[in-house]
Amino acid sequence: MELGLFIVLALVAMASAIAVIIQRNPVYSALYLILTFLSLAGLYLQLQAQFIAAIQVIVYAGAIMVLFLFVIMLLDLRKEEQRAVKGGYQLLIGLLLAAILLGELGLVFGGGVLKGVPGEFSPEKVSALGNTQVVGRLLFTDFLLPFELTSVILLVAIVGAIVLAKRRLD
Amino acid sequence: MFEFIIIMLVKIAVVFGALLLTVAYLTWLERKVIGDIQVRLGPMRVGYHGLLQPIADGLKLLFKEDIIPAEADRTVYLLAPLVAIIPALISFAVIPFGSQVKILGRTIDLYITDVNIGILFIFAVASLGVYGIVLAGWSSNNKYSLLGAMRSSAQMISYELSMGLSIVGVLMMAQSLSLVQIVKAQSVVWFILLQPVGFLIYLICAVAETNRAPFDLPEAETELVAGFHVEYSSMKFALFFLAEYANIVTVSALATTLFLGGWQGPLLPPVAWFLLKVFAFIFLFVWLRATLPRFRYDQLMGFGWKVLLPVSLANILVTGLIMAWR
Amino acid sequence: MITLSHYLALGAILFIIGMFGVLTRRNAIGILMSIELMLNAVNLNFVAFSRYLPPGALTGQVFAIFVITVAAAEAAVGLAIVLGLFRNFRTVNVDEINLMKW
Repeated sequence: MELGLFIVLALVAMASAIAVIIQRNPVYSALYLILTFLSLAGLYLQLQAQFIAAIQVIVYAGAIMVLFLFVIMLLDLRKEEQRAVKGGYQLLIGLLLAAILLGELGLVFGGGVLKGVPGEFSPEKVSALGNTQVVGRLLFTDFLLPFELTSVILLVAIVGAIVLAKRRLD
Repeated sequence: MFEFIIIMLVKIAVVFGALLLTVAYLTWLERKVIGDIQVRLGPMRVGYHGLLQPIADGLKLLFKEDIIPAEADRTVYLLAPLVAIIPALISFAVIPFGSQVKILGRTIDLYITDVNIGILFIFAVASLGVYGIVLAGWSSNNKYSLLGAMRSSAQMISYELSMGLSIVGVLMMAQSLSLVQIVKAQSVVWFILLQPVGFLIYLICAVAETNRAPFDLPEAETELVAGFHVEYSSMKFALFFLAEYANIVTVSALATTLFLGGWQGPLLPPVAWFLLKVFAFIFLFVWLRATLPRFRYDQLMGFGWKVLLPVSLANILVTGLIMAWR
Repeated sequence: MITLSHYLALGAILFIIGMFGVLTRRNAIGILMSIELMLNAVNLNFVAFSRYLPPGALTGQVFAIFVITVAAAEAAVGLAIVLGLFRNFRTVNVDEINLMKW
């Protein structure tokens, strides 16, 4: 049951990720990307990370992708004439780098070097307290400084986006 | 296990049946109330005081010709109404509409499911609703519908922000994201009394999120013909219509749950209290439409970003200060 | 039985699809979308690690939140750059934006 759900979600995620890359119509690319995000949200639910799953849908699917669609519509991008993916040496380099990276990751994962120190939040404790409460407590205690710094990043992004996108008055 | 599935299916059937019926009769209610406010009768011909009007309208829409514009993007054009209606219906799954009842010796909770991220679930689902409008506007290949879709996506993203922030005060006081827990936290005093500013912001944002007057710019008849669904006809148009009214019911139910103590109340049974409060909100929606003129687009965006957002942030700050001080 | 390797394999494949897209897409918006795909693959790994690897430390989920925040900032700035590009060149095809190349 669990494995079956994982396989379905993983296949949907991979197929739609490939579709994002090879689609010529940018609106379709964006729609397939939303499908990828939704299936990843399903996987997060399976990993008992309900808060991340909800944030994934609200922020990625609900805000970022609407922004993408908004820009695509604003620029009135039609279907591209040529293939979406470049051919020639760039395609070769892309495939080569992808193969090398896949090999490296395979080596790391196959080597079984992944270990970690058990923390204080066992799955039972998390389900008793609630995922959101535990993540929230971590954010406001152990990770307070990074958390505050992300607000600075967001502020910089807001200012940057406005400066870049604003039409100059001339 | 088997019994659990049966109970679940019955609950889902009852809730969605009731929701669809409410949505259908909401159109009748709206025409009647607006008619009354404008000193006319409203629908009177089909059935007693027009009571069968929604059924007649539904049948009419079913038998209309189904038109797909020649230059439209067929796949997305067909997908858009579904993307609009599914989120509108699905968010009702986490709203509690009563306490427990005993039927045939079994205690049954009167909600479909209680997830510990209930309110986030509703926001996640609601944030997907905007795609129905955006895709419909884009795929129709019509400048009015595209303009309507662009307006609506900007409006919905802007007001979703303030809406999310307006309920943070409630969440801080209830100490939970589960809607069942939030209702229980209001057994002594309703959150509308503790969070009046949050309630007002929520109300304004709810009207904007559902694209209702005075924030109905995406479908402003006088300038955009009908906005994003100009090209839609027959059942596909009906789905957009259903989605809009189902959204009204959902935000009303959510307001009831978050601010008005949900199903709690003296004397009457819990479900009756819940329905009473929800209908009070729906009446307010209709009343607003009959009373207020439409905003200009720059006024709408300016109000959302320059007034609602700072006020809702200040509301969170004040709530936090008071909670820390006590 | 799902193990950590299942999630890591999926994350690696999504990351590689995203990287391939960044290297070969012509459309600037397509490139931005591929970057979002890569960030999501990283997030999947973070969340999977926090579930399986050190049982009980939710650090991975906290970092996933940070990644989502950075992704939102990146999308906003990236799309603003694309808008600026389009205003100057009337295209978002990165091959045709070659004024500084020789």
